[in-house]
Amino acid sequence: MVQEIAPGIFARRGVDEDATAANDDAIANIGFVVGRDAVAVIDPGGSLQDGQRLRASILKATRAPIRYVVMTHVHPDHIFGAGAFQQDRPEFIGHQKLPQALAVRGDYYRKRLEEILGAGRAGPIVAPTRLVQAQDRLDLGGGKLLQLQAHALAHSDCDLSAFEQQTGTLFTGDLLFVQRIPSLDGSLKGWLTELNSLKSVAARRAIPGHGPVSVKWPAASLDLERYLNGLLRETRAAIKKGIDIDAAVGSVGQSERGRWSLFDAYQGHNVTQAYKELEWEQ
Amino acid sequence: MGTMTNRARAHRVRALWMIAALLALLVAALPRAAGAQEESDATRVARWKALSQAIFPGRAMQDGGAVIQLDAPPRALDAALVPVTLDFLTNQPVKSVYLIIDDNPSPLAAHFTFGPKADVHSLKLRVRVDAYTNLHAVAETRDGKLYTTAKFIKASGGCSAPAGPDDAAALKDVGLMKLRLLGPFTPGKPLQAQLMIRHPNFNGMQMNQLTRLYTPARFIRTIDATYDGGNVFHLDSDISLSSDPVITFGFVPQHQGQMTVVARDSSNATFNHSFAIPGAGG
Repeated sequence: MVQEIAPGIFARRGVDEDATAANDDAIANIGFVVGRDAVAVIDPGGSLQDGQRLRASILKATRAPIRYVVMTHVHPDHIFGAGAFQQDRPEFIGHQKLPQALAVRGDYYRKRLEEILGAGRAGPIVAPTRLVQAQDRLDLGGGKLLQLQAHALAHSDCDLSAFEQQTGTLFTGDLLFVQRIPSLDGSLKGWLTELNSLKSVAARRAIPGHGPVSVKWPAASLDLERYLNGLLRETRAAIKKGIDIDAAVGSVGQSERGRWSLFDAYQGHNVTQAYKELEWEQ
Repeated sequence: MGTMTNRARAHRVRALWMIAALLALLVAALPRAAGAQEESDATRVARWKALSQAIFPGRAMQDGGAVIQLDAPPRALDAALVPVTLDFLTNQPVKSVYLIIDDNPSPLAAHFTFGPKADVHSLKLRVRVDAYTNLHAVAETRDGKLYTTAKFIKASGGCSAPAGPDDAAALKDVGLMKLRLLGPFTPGKPLQAQLMIRHPNFNGMQMNQLTRLYTPARFIRTIDATYDGGNVFHLDSDISLSSDPVITFGFVPQHQGQMTVVARDSSNATFNHSFAIPGAGG
């Protein structure tokens, strides 16, 4: 269900599950901002159908045209709904590195998603038509103004966040996970750096990539910060002690078990990624 | 290997490539179920029979349960980085060991030949696994007998999964090496060491959707480790080795000395490093 969490700010909570044929890969938080003149979608959804449902919600909420579709990063649960918006001819906006990431991974993601959802249900790969090098602004009219920020290697290599000034709402993409275990696909050290700079954004609330759709900012980043710092500290310690990667995946970060949903599905993967990154230090 | 003549080396390389070509044909000819995980036990048995006959023509294969133990996670956390441990269980002198990933596009992943300076006790490496498959380890004892043991693992997409978004970045530090000693140095006592090599090990199966071209294969073909001029191991490897290969092995240093590692890749690049023992992290 799409909720209006602040005037003109709509969000739909993703379920804390992995993609299945039953959930249509509607597992990420997605939403839109309604201005006087235009609508900006911020993450179009995890599949064609997820995107179509979001589009139907927009048409119910406003008559303003959908001018922008912001894609916060390359992961399929956030962007495969983009095909639902092609008929609106919006600008598709992404990080400058998104085209390359899509080129390398897009087809692989689409095939994997079709294996889960069924043939033809994933949706097309939609390449961004407007790239963000560092910052960009979208004026939706009536005071709704989105500031876009391209981030360095963090959760992924093409993370984009969006801050709506009038309501003080920060769309973090997957730079913020709440309740659902974070997944690491960029750089652990980079993510901590980018999270730290994001904390200085004077937002009243944030819409995380996963978890409850409206959380206090920056207070809601504390759990993620603790998780990432623990992963960094304990993986480094394991490497220093000569604990090999196969043993480390079972021992690092176990104090976080019970604090996150899907912990067992992703913890080993995160430790593997962290280990790969940190074993080359020094 | 230090004692090999160039002609013997050329002959050996040719022989290996013939095996590789044969295996590729064989794998293509074998029946494959639509979903690899649904393949029947009978198909797996038939595949292994055909593979073992191609790699070890005319040679008897004995149950290796008392000679070699193979460990790998039953479900891979990252199919492109599956840690495998081989433990040698008896004083049966082992001359060489093969690791075969039955359902990989190129099944013979690694063949280690041990030299006089080796401590044949435990060996670790990281591999890509493309489908639900049996792994087979085959130990060859000095008397020429073959002992095998198997483990079934669940993983998928490790070979076709994109290595990273940026091919150029992956090649930046190619050939960089690190060697870590995993225990205290005592002259005459076996010591475990971990060798790390920066190399993307591109397997030629990762497609760039933008150019519609596959990233050309470029992978490590051989590694020779010698200690004070005596052979520790020679490795013939293949596209199934993970990117940035990490190999843990044992050796017996009689004195302080030099570990020399020479790696050659499929582009005929040679990477050569010497490490002072116990100077390197010992």
